[in-house]
Amino acid sequence: MSTFQALGMDVGSTTVKMVGVDGSGVMVWHILEQAEPRAEDQVVRLLAQARQENGSLNSVPLVATGYGRKLVTQAALQVTEISCHARGVYAEISDGGTLVDIGGQDSKVIRLSPQGRVVDFTMNDKCAAGTGRFLENTALRLQVPVECLGEEALSTDEEVAISSTCTVFAESEVISLIAHGIPVESILRGLHRSLVKRLVAMIWTVGLVAPLMLTGGVAYNPAIQSMLAEETEENVILPRHPQLSGAYGAALYALEIMG
Amino acid sequence: MNVGDHLRYQLNVNLLGHSALRLRRWGAEWRARRGTAWSSDALAPPLRISARTKELIGQHYLRGHYAHLDGKVAWVTSGAPMEFLKALGFHIYYPENHAAICAAARMTVDMAGEAENAGYSQDICSYARTDIGSVLTGKTAVRVVPSPDLLLACTNICQTVLQWYRVLAEHFDVPLVLIDTPFIYTQVSKHAVTYVKRQLEEAILIAERVAGKSLDQQAFEETARLSRLASQLWSQLLERGKHQPAPISVIDQFTQMAPVVELRGEPATVDLYADMLKEVDERISQGVGAVKGERKRLLWDNLPVWYRLRWLAEFLGQHGVVVAASTYTNAWAELAYLLDSSDPLETMAHTYIYPILNRGAGDKLVTMRQMVADYELDGVILHSDRSCKPYSVGQIDQRDRLINQYDIPALLLEADHGDPRAFSEQQVTNRLSAFVEILEAV
Repeated sequence: MSTFQALGMDVGSTTVKMVGVDGSGVMVWHILEQAEPRAEDQVVRLLAQARQENGSLNSVPLVATGYGRKLVTQAALQVTEISCHARGVYAEISDGGTLVDIGGQDSKVIRLSPQGRVVDFTMNDKCAAGTGRFLENTALRLQVPVECLGEEALSTDEEVAISSTCTVFAESEVISLIAHGIPVESILRGLHRSLVKRLVAMIWTVGLVAPLMLTGGVAYNPAIQSMLAEETEENVILPRHPQLSGAYGAALYALEIMG
Repeated sequence: MNVGDHLRYQLNVNLLGHSALRLRRWGAEWRARRGTAWSSDALAPPLRISARTKELIGQHYLRGHYAHLDGKVAWVTSGAPMEFLKALGFHIYYPENHAAICAAARMTVDMAGEAENAGYSQDICSYARTDIGSVLTGKTAVRVVPSPDLLLACTNICQTVLQWYRVLAEHFDVPLVLIDTPFIYTQVSKHAVTYVKRQLEEAILIAERVAGKSLDQQAFEETARLSRLASQLWSQLLERGKHQPAPISVIDQFTQMAPVVELRGEPATVDLYADMLKEVDERISQGVGAVKGERKRLLWDNLPVWYRLRWLAEFLGQHGVVVAASTYTNAWAELAYLLDSSDPLETMAHTYIYPILNRGAGDKLVTMRQMVADYELDGVILHSDRSCKPYSVGQIDQRDRLINQYDIPALLLEADHGDPRAFSEQQVTNRLSAFVEILEAV
C-alpha cells in the first residue's frame, strides 16, 4: 500500500519535481532534482524511486506538467504549468489573486479568480529576461553562488542601474561595470531590480489583484521577494514549497482523475 | 495587341493551361471521392469544392503568366478599389496574395531574405519583404509574376503600402496611384468620402491613359455588381458559422477566401461561392461540423499564420475547438452591402474608406463583441502579428477589455503571417494548451 494516492510530476527546464498526495490532497512526499539531458531516462528512474519508497504505483494516477510533460508517457494526463501552478497554489491559499512563477527559463504571471479559476495569464516571450536564467548567467560571471545572490544584493543600499533586460546584453553590461570598479553587491542589486521591473511589467499585463503570490525556484531569493513587494506595494505570499507548486497541482489533478 | 500575341495567349491560357488545370482539378476531386486525400481524426475533410477554388486561382495566375500578351497589368493592394481597373481590362495582381501563397509554400524566409540582403529591415511587413525579394530575384511560388504597367496602393489597410509601392514604382518605372483614405475614428464624414471619390476620379484618368482606352460605364457598373454579389455570398458563407457544429471553420475560410480578395468582379467567383454555399448548407442539413465533436467555439482576430494553418486546425480540433468566426475573413463580407452598382464611384468611395483596419481600435472591439454574441463563441484568439502593425496595435487593450469588462476568455498569440522566424511552436503550443484548459474549466 503506497503512502500517497496520486502523483504529480513537473518536468521543468532546470529541475524535475515529483509530488505525492494522500487521499485528502495533502502533500506527503516529494523529490526535486536538477533536470538531466535525457529526460525520459530520468522520469523512469524517478518513478522507480517513488515505487521503492512508497510501494506499488499500480493504482496511483500520475499527471505530468512542465515543458517536458509530453516525455512522461506514463502519465494519465498532461496539463500545462499554468493550470497546475494555479491549482497547487490555490489548494494552499484558498483565494484568488495574482501568482508570479519564476522558473529557470520562463516566467509566468497568472490571475486567479476567488474560486481558483485561471482568468488570465502571460508568459515571458522569446527571451530569458525576467527568468532565473537571467540571474544564473550573471551569478556565474560574478562568481557568486546562486543561493547567495539575494543576500548579497540586499547587503548594500547602493544600486547601479542595469539598463539591459536582455540576458546576454546584461552580462556585457556587468562586465563593463566590473571593469569600472563597481562593487559586486551594487551590481547584483541592480540586476535584481532589472529582473523585478520586467516581472512587474508582466504583472500589469494581466492586472494586479491582491494577494500577490510567488512560486518557482527564484521565489527563495529574498531580494526578489522584497523588491517585488516594494515595486508593487503589495505583500508577497509564498506557499510552503514554492518550487513544488506545479508538481503539487499536477498531483491534485491526478487525485481528481481517481474521482 | 497583335494577332500572334493573341493566338499565343489563347493557346497557352485558354487551351493548354485551362485543360491542364481542369485535369488537375478532376484528379483532386477523384482522390477526394475515394477518400484517399484526407486523414484526420479531428477534422472533417475540406469542402469538395476546394479543387474548384484551386482551379480558379490557378487560372488567375496562369492568365498573369501570359498577361502581357493580352493587355495591361496592374498591381494593387488587398483593399484597393479595383472595379474600374477590371472594367478597363487590366489583369490585376495582388502582391499580398502572392506573398501568402509563398508563405503557405514555406518560401518566405528565402524570398524575404533576398529583400533583407538588399537592405530592407526584418521589421518591415513580411508580405512587403517577400514581394520585394520576388521582384529583385524573380523567385515565386507561381512560376511567373507579370510586371506591372500601373500600381495602385490604397492606405485603407496600412501605411507600409505607401513606402512599399514607391519602391515598386521606382523599380519598374511605372505610374503609381495612391488612394489616401482618411482614418475613421468614429464616423465617416461626408467630406472624407468626397475626398476619396475625387481621388478615384483622378485614378480613373491615369488608368485610362495606361490602358489606352476609356472606361465603359456599363462594364464598370457590371463589375461593381459582380463584386457586390461575391461579397454578399461570402458574407452568407461566413454566417453559416453560426450553426453548431460550425460547418466551415475559419481555417477553411482562410483557404477559400482568395477569390473574394483577388477575383472580385468576375462571374466565375460569384458562381463558385454560390455553389460553395450549397455544399455548406448540405453539411448543415447532415449535421457535419468542420471539427468532429465540437465543444468550444472561438473568434480569430488578425491575419492567418499561413505556414501553420493545418497544424493549428489539428491542434484545436484535437481539443474539440473550432474557430468559427474571424474579424479578418469578415473584412471582405461586412462591406458587401455598401457597394451599389447604380452609383459605383460614390459607393466605392464609401466602401473602401470603411475596412476594419481603417477604423479605430474601439470599433474593432465592438465588432469582436458583436461576433462573439452572434456566433455564440467561448473565447477569442488575438494573433499579435509582427508584420501587421495596424491590425495588432490595440490588441492588448482589446484583450484586457474582453477579459475584464466582458468576461470573455482571450489569448494573445505572438506570431507572423508570413515569416516563420517569428513563430515559436513550443511557446505557441504552451499558450494554446493553457488557453484550452481555461476554456474547459469555464
